Amino acid sequence: MTALLQARGVGKRFGAVVAAADIDIAISAGERVALIGSNGAGKTTFVNMITGYLKPDVGRIELDGHDIAALHPRAIMRMGVARSFQIPQLYGDLTALENMLVANACEDRHLSFWQAARRPAAVDRARSMLQRFSLAEHESRRVSELPGGVRKLLDIAMALSGAPRLLLLDEPTSGVSAQEKFPMMDTIMGALGDGQTTAVVFVEHDMDIVERYARRVIGFYSGRVIADGAPAQALATDDVRRYVTGELLQE
Amino acid sequence: MSAVPLPSMSSQAAGAGASAARVATAALVCAAVLIAAGLFLPKWLTFLVTMAAANGLVSLGIVVLMRGGVVAFGQGMVFAIGGYTAALAFNKLGITDALGLVLAGGVAAALVAAPFAPLLSRYRGIFFAMLTLALSMVTYGLLMKLAVLGGSDGFNTGRPTLLGQSLPDARVGYIVYCLAVVVSTLAGALARIYFDSTRGLVTLAVKENELRVEYLGGSVRQAMAVNFIIAAFTGGLGGAMAVLALGHIDPNFSYWTTSGEFVFVAILAGPQSIAAVFVSSAVLEVVRSFSSSYFPNTWQLALGLFLLFVIRFLPRGLGSLWTKGNAR
Repeated sequence: MTALLQARGVGKRFGAVVAAADIDIAISAGERVALIGSNGAGKTTFVNMITGYLKPDVGRIELDGHDIAALHPRAIMRMGVARSFQIPQLYGDLTALENMLVANACEDRHLSFWQAARRPAAVDRARSMLQRFSLAEHESRRVSELPGGVRKLLDIAMALSGAPRLLLLDEPTSGVSAQEKFPMMDTIMGALGDGQTTAVVFVEHDMDIVERYARRVIGFYSGRVIADGAPAQALATDDVRRYVTGELLQE
Repeated sequence: MSAVPLPSMSSQAAGAGASAARVATAALVCAAVLIAAGLFLPKWLTFLVTMAAANGLVSLGIVVLMRGGVVAFGQGMVFAIGGYTAALAFNKLGITDALGLVLAGGVAAALVAAPFAPLLSRYRGIFFAMLTLALSMVTYGLLMKLAVLGGSDGFNTGRPTLLGQSLPDARVGYIVYCLAVVVSTLAGALARIYFDSTRGLVTLAVKENELRVEYLGGSVRQAMAVNFIIAAFTGGLGGAMAVLALGHIDPNFSYWTTSGEFVFVAILAGPQSIAAVFVSSAVLEVVRSFSSSYFPNTWQLALGLFLLFVIRFLPRGLGSLWTKGNAR
């Protein structure tokens, strides 16, 4: 099967720090991939390079065979790549509904000067998306007043509003209490639906989350890929046990 | 006065937002009331309101920019371009129709601003403000030096016509007043529709989080550039309108203190209400008129104290007096 996303020999340095080195990763439509690794391993750098926030020093990042490494984030988004952020990037002074309206409005290349943002069709669509993420009860509240978990969900809902082919979630459960993590991931995966073709790549530190929701795990250490495979297989490798979960170090 | 006192000024708070029909109706009612009231107002007051409307149009442009998170300190440039365009079209091209002159002023200002828009859309905060100020002062310098445009003295224009009709002495002030009311209410209504549009909402989003707008596929620079051109258009309309009311143009239209007054009005009004822009402009004209009559050398002091009062007690501007707390 042709890969949706293909990274070939991707490298990135920040001075003496190697953030990514010779990364070769292929991701196909519909995959559920967890990126794991300790802090500074290069997970978020990889996500940032895919989404155009950072440009790789070397290598190619292809989406459907087209090199996107040098493209602006907006151009990459328009090719069907969306992302959420470790710290939710929202419009704090707007309500949850308005945030979703903005997300929907930005899908149009040519924004209207006169078409009302809050026209019934747009509001219905935004509400529908909020309902998919169990956020309907918060629609009229300013985002700055919402709890952290709700803000995380809204951030992801906005990323998903354009029906992307590749969705990148940067630590979707960080800052969320242990009891809320699984319900939150259930909500996210439920909103994605069954049998649809959106590939989901999520950065995660919680191995319980990884084991339950990922069908493939890619381990990072010092900017390099140290494991790539099914969760049980990848999490059992010595490198992951040593550098990611720390099990070998404890032993 | 050319205010548009719409309940839908706080449209997003009001639920589904102001429909174009509601906005148009309110604008029509507002214009009709003001035109009727003008029949009974003394000439000095109709002139004052005309100038308030002209200046308010420029400040309306600043409010458009403020909603995207930037403030232009150089709107005197587009004010002057609109004014000089109208005056030159009248004197050199023989175009005498007041409505045509006003539109020509707006279009000329937008055309001059358009090439600068992509550059300015890259800057924020004080850099954007200073760049616009620099442009206005360059314009001021040019106008001072160009003898063909009257140099520092400027030049006078004649009496305009309207829709092919010449304007009698006794009525010219009132008719220019009516034109100012119509143009301002129309501009206010269009601005309201724009604020409530998808582009208007995205402008608010740009102010809050540019990164996310880009990651949702929206273009921040395009949004800012478009707003700059819109602000130039309304500024040009205002400049042309001022020339019609004054019958005179000079480089002071582009001087930094003139730009400062437009910013003053925009801050006084706040970004939520369009009506507040024109009310604030009228307040400025009234305070200026009465202060300069009674305290000729210290009227700026009175104005400054008034602004301090508003900032202290109405930090979201005069508009917050009648818009809801979460209005935008």
